[in-house]
Amino acid sequence: MATIIIDGKTYEIPTGKNLLETCLTLGFDLPYFCWHPALGSVGACRQCAVKVYKDENDTRGRLAMSCMEAVAPNQRISVSDPEARAFREQVIEWLMTNHPHDCAVCDEGGSCHLQDMTVMTGHDYRRFRFKKRTHQNQYLGPFINHEMNRCIQCYRCVRFYKDYAGGHDLDVYASKSNVYFGREEDGILESEFSGNLAEVCPTGVFTDKTLKEHYTRKWDLTMSPSICQHCSIGCNTIAGERYGTLRMIANRFHGKVNGYFLCDRGRFGYEFVNAATRIRQASAGEAVVSLDQLFHHLIPALKQAKMIGIGSPRASLQSNFALKALVGGDNFYHGVSDNEHDLAELAIRILREGSVRTPSTREVEQADAVLILGEDITNTAPILALAVRQAVRQQPGNAADAVNIPVWHDAARRELAQQDKGPLFVTSVHTTKLDEVARDVYHAAPDDIARLGFAIAHRLDPTVPDATDLPEAVALLADRIAQALSAAARPVIISGACCESGCVMKAAANVAWALQKKNPATGLVLTMLECNSLGLAMMGGHRLHAAFNAVMNGHADTVIVMENDLYRHGKADEVDAFLSKCRRVIVLDHLLHKTVSKANVIIPAGTFAESDGTLVNNEGRAQRFFQAYEPTDIIRESWRWLLTLGQQIENNRMATWRNFEDVTLAMDRDEPLLHGVMAASPPSQFRIAGQRIARETHRYSGRTSQQANINVSESKPPEDPDSPLSYTMEGFHGQPPSSLIPYFWAPGWNSVQSVNKYQSEVGGSLRDNDPGVRLLEPKTEGTHAYFVGVPERFRPLEDHLWVVSLHHIFGSEELSAHAPSIAQRIPQAYILLHPADAAALAVETGGVLAFTIDSRSYRLPVKLSEALPVGIAGMPYGIEGVPYADLPEWAIVQRTSQRQNLNDHSYAKRHA
Amino acid sequence: MLEKPLTSHIRADGVPLTLREYELQGGYQSVRKALLNMTPQAVQAEVKTSNLRGRGGAGFNTGLKWSFVPLDAPKPKYLIANADEMEPGTFKDRLLLESAPHQLIEGMIVSAYALQADTGFVFLRWAYHTAAKAINIAIAQAYQAGYLGQNILGTGFNLEMHLHTGAGRYMCGEETALLNSLEGKRATPRAKPPFPQVSGLFGRPTIVNNVETLCCIPHIITHGAEWFQKLSLTADAGTKIYGVSGKVRKPGLWELPMGTTLRELIEEHAGGMQDGLSFRGALPGGASTDFLVRDHLDVRMDYPSVAAAGSRLGTGTVIVLDDKTSVVGFVRNLIHFFAQESCGFCTPCREGLPWIEKILQAMQSGDGRKEDIPMLELHTRLLGPGNTFCALAPGAMEPLQSALKYFREDFEAYIREHASLEHITV
Repeated sequence: MATIIIDGKTYEIPTGKNLLETCLTLGFDLPYFCWHPALGSVGACRQCAVKVYKDENDTRGRLAMSCMEAVAPNQRISVSDPEARAFREQVIEWLMTNHPHDCAVCDEGGSCHLQDMTVMTGHDYRRFRFKKRTHQNQYLGPFINHEMNRCIQCYRCVRFYKDYAGGHDLDVYASKSNVYFGREEDGILESEFSGNLAEVCPTGVFTDKTLKEHYTRKWDLTMSPSICQHCSIGCNTIAGERYGTLRMIANRFHGKVNGYFLCDRGRFGYEFVNAATRIRQASAGEAVVSLDQLFHHLIPALKQAKMIGIGSPRASLQSNFALKALVGGDNFYHGVSDNEHDLAELAIRILREGSVRTPSTREVEQADAVLILGEDITNTAPILALAVRQAVRQQPGNAADAVNIPVWHDAARRELAQQDKGPLFVTSVHTTKLDEVARDVYHAAPDDIARLGFAIAHRLDPTVPDATDLPEAVALLADRIAQALSAAARPVIISGACCESGCVMKAAANVAWALQKKNPATGLVLTMLECNSLGLAMMGGHRLHAAFNAVMNGHADTVIVMENDLYRHGKADEVDAFLSKCRRVIVLDHLLHKTVSKANVIIPAGTFAESDGTLVNNEGRAQRFFQAYEPTDIIRESWRWLLTLGQQIENNRMATWRNFEDVTLAMDRDEPLLHGVMAASPPSQFRIAGQRIARETHRYSGRTSQQANINVSESKPPEDPDSPLSYTMEGFHGQPPSSLIPYFWAPGWNSVQSVNKYQSEVGGSLRDNDPGVRLLEPKTEGTHAYFVGVPERFRPLEDHLWVVSLHHIFGSEELSAHAPSIAQRIPQAYILLHPADAAALAVETGGVLAFTIDSRSYRLPVKLSEALPVGIAGMPYGIEGVPYADLPEWAIVQRTSQRQNLNDHSYAKRHA
Repeated sequence: MLEKPLTSHIRADGVPLTLREYELQGGYQSVRKALLNMTPQAVQAEVKTSNLRGRGGAGFNTGLKWSFVPLDAPKPKYLIANADEMEPGTFKDRLLLESAPHQLIEGMIVSAYALQADTGFVFLRWAYHTAAKAINIAIAQAYQAGYLGQNILGTGFNLEMHLHTGAGRYMCGEETALLNSLEGKRATPRAKPPFPQVSGLFGRPTIVNNVETLCCIPHIITHGAEWFQKLSLTADAGTKIYGVSGKVRKPGLWELPMGTTLRELIEEHAGGMQDGLSFRGALPGGASTDFLVRDHLDVRMDYPSVAAAGSRLGTGTVIVLDDKTSVVGFVRNLIHFFAQESCGFCTPCREGLPWIEKILQAMQSGDGRKEDIPMLELHTRLLGPGNTFCALAPGAMEPLQSALKYFREDFEAYIREHASLEHITV
């Protein structure tokens, strides 16, 4: 801590920061552009000038850019000094010389940092009387709109895109007052993180193209704190609605999970909510039915039925718990494949019974050595991959520390580090985008990856069983990795369920446990397939095949499938057989899919935007998401439907449940692993000064006329029985507890940059801590045994291929794939082969490979990759045209000459 | 005793000496002396004592600059000759590069030894084709003679040297932008600290010295610091290659004792003004220095004296303004250059310089307004050192601010004569 005097007042402040961060943390309104809390300082825009005085006697002082000045003890500075203010105003005037006067038609208007800073500095009169420079705009793909004339050349876009996120196709071109930020030529931005440009850009150069399709000003949105539904990381988001449609997803800063950034799947996947294929009415048989008809039809039947329920890893805890309560614990099944089920249980076992803690995503940024076993996290947990890209800067950062280059001095630290990267080791079946920043890359069969993991663990602790007969190169690699991990201060091991191998996860656990004996700071991150995979597994339930058997054996005759397309989790013929054997198939979901098409009763379930719920992310953090708007038609949250059904059929357990909180309380009480989940957010009765927290800003417009085409009387705003948030512009507009922040706004700070005002320290955690509650912590005492059972070396088989899943950020996740912008980025169906295998099988790129897995036939177009191990084939996970298979599994390959005889079992009609 | 060391090896026809010819005239003696008989510390001490000040324009003590390189830092360490001479009106390094390339290489070897640098680069302005050829030949000859490469003169000292020709940006003359450019990045400057001595080329300790500075080194080592100091007429040591351009009778370059007066340069060496023209003012050290006027003709051209007169010695190459040339046009032309060459990184330079240029253009084309002069003056204040990221814009302001000071009437006349247009043009 140090003492500093600002405008004559003394403050106690932490050292190691720059003056800008310090002033912002202290609450000063100091304008800035190029500095960003996650990107650090470069000193380009010259906007944040303050007066710095040499000593007590210095009366003149000097202008200094506060982002480039380290805090010094007993320093005296002035923010309000007239010369500093005049300079800051002048910088805006310079920036405005070329900035268009198009705020009224600019997407950024009303949430524009440039507008805010212009007002803040007081610049209001244009003296520049000459022509503005103009630029051509580019087509950048379905996510981001480009409007270069608005550029104020702060360099944030390239610093985020290239330096921070590792993108290659956005750059700065030309020079002087003609610098241009864009791609070499028109084209789709390649980075998985391109959407962040819309928030990183302080003005309207890069804006959200999907928002443009149904544009609404920030102040006109009804906004709620939400959680991303599209992978297991659980990034915090803001969901904004108007006129009953979801308009946009923005980042909701979380100091431990996602920080300032989202991936493009998370930001743009939301449009499934507005899809034309949404289920909006209940139907029984072929007919749409009213609410009364539905209950009339359903209740007597359910009272008689032998019910089972199939839950979902993409549904909230409350919905899964309500289903479990409705059908009874013995009749509750996880709607995931048996392999996925086992992997999720294994993950919980590792995290609970092991000794190693799961670091949060932002802790991973601080890791100084990272080993990834088997996962392609850029595609399965993208924000984690972004964190790993920051982690590789940790070790080179030590050299910068040694010569006193502060952490915030971003350009200088990068200049010193140059191409140096800290130890990152990537092992995976196929190439991953992180390979380019890895020290070593190992592409191998999952079993061989597991063997490497066992070998590393053995080197760290000889009591771990070793993998014998490793090829020399692999043994040396194990040496190097073990050495690097041992030398690190904060090593992190990353693995997970997406590579579909229990052996790999066990090997990862062994490495982490062995390492932890030497270094208690060791972390272990396991990624899961879906947003609530871990939460579902923590709830307990049976395997999917057991559900099939229950019906096939006559133990049950009615199934309630909740928010789940069983055809994504089971083999089509088995699901067909199961569903046709059921007397009654009741499906609750948002979107039409194959399971819905087989249902007798379809019940429209609310999406995350229309629901309250809690998810458990891969870290074991339970996080609440809040309804952004009341659903239209008869759409309800799944848990509310199930609650109603339960009460109508006189389910005793559910008799007293009235609302969301009752369900959550019961779950907190009855589910041992979920105990504590209530603490994820304040209860629904929570009020601040007697007020609810307003989902709408005080500038919300049009309320009295919005519904005037229906009724000239202003309609009553919906009540929210399930949260402390209100559906109006009335209510508390200040800073609520962190989990209840519906939007970031502060006086003078209309843009997302206002998040500064919500943090206990700029760039640090939100005031009163970051949202959510961690439910999984490792054992702190007692011992646990290492996993044994080192797998055999992978050996290719003639006429066989070991088929594994390959994940795609765009396409592998079910819901986001229904967003039109995402759909444009989904690859077409394929099977990936090594060229040697392709040659042996006499197929080429673009040809069709026919094969059987578990006596089911598949036909897919061939793609080739040298990076894939020989004997392995990769099948894209969850992509349209790629039928489900229980992977990993051996495929028997049909020689091309035989393929005409096959009964085509594939949906790959686009290519067949 | 040698009075004009820097040009002593330059033939009348300007053709560079071969290495053999150069050696016969005493070339490379300083390499032998330094590497065989002196410690790196002793070389540094000699240079520091000589009071050699950087000839690139800033005039920082060379020995002091070197002393910030940690001698024990692990290699690689770099020495770079800044030969990106692109300041308008400055052409002194060109002479040394084209006609005495071995002198530069000799200076670089001794300097690299003093710094224990193992790699040297000559960063050359792209347009200096003749110099590029000469340097390439000289480097090859030096390798052949064993002055470059591994184990030089059997001392165990290694030095690799490369010529890098720039892509034609004035910005690259700024030492940190030069480093970025040499790394293959955009030529934008870097923040200091950290200084290049700590984190320079490729993040390694680096010294960037001007060509003329490096060319002084062999002579300082061969003849001693004391001798070097005595070459000068004033406290600033050595000789200086001065130049004069503009409408004088004999524009050119001359190696003269440091501290020669402006009057001597213009009236004696440059032969005075051309017929019918009279002297109105001069930029003493290249385009980014303040005007000196008739009252300053007897100012000694060394660092403190020119500074005391309100300008900077800069590169020591004088641009003369005569009474028939439009001051506004003169300044606009310079501002146009600086606006063109702005790297576009920081706001005041990127946006301020084009604004100034447009105002000056407007004045010239009859669209000047009353409020233009205060706006120009505002810019000269706000584009000052510290407000911008590097020294480019502050340098650009020097001719403008001094023109407004000494020749304000010229600016006012432009506006007055077109007063009828005031407030009509939009």
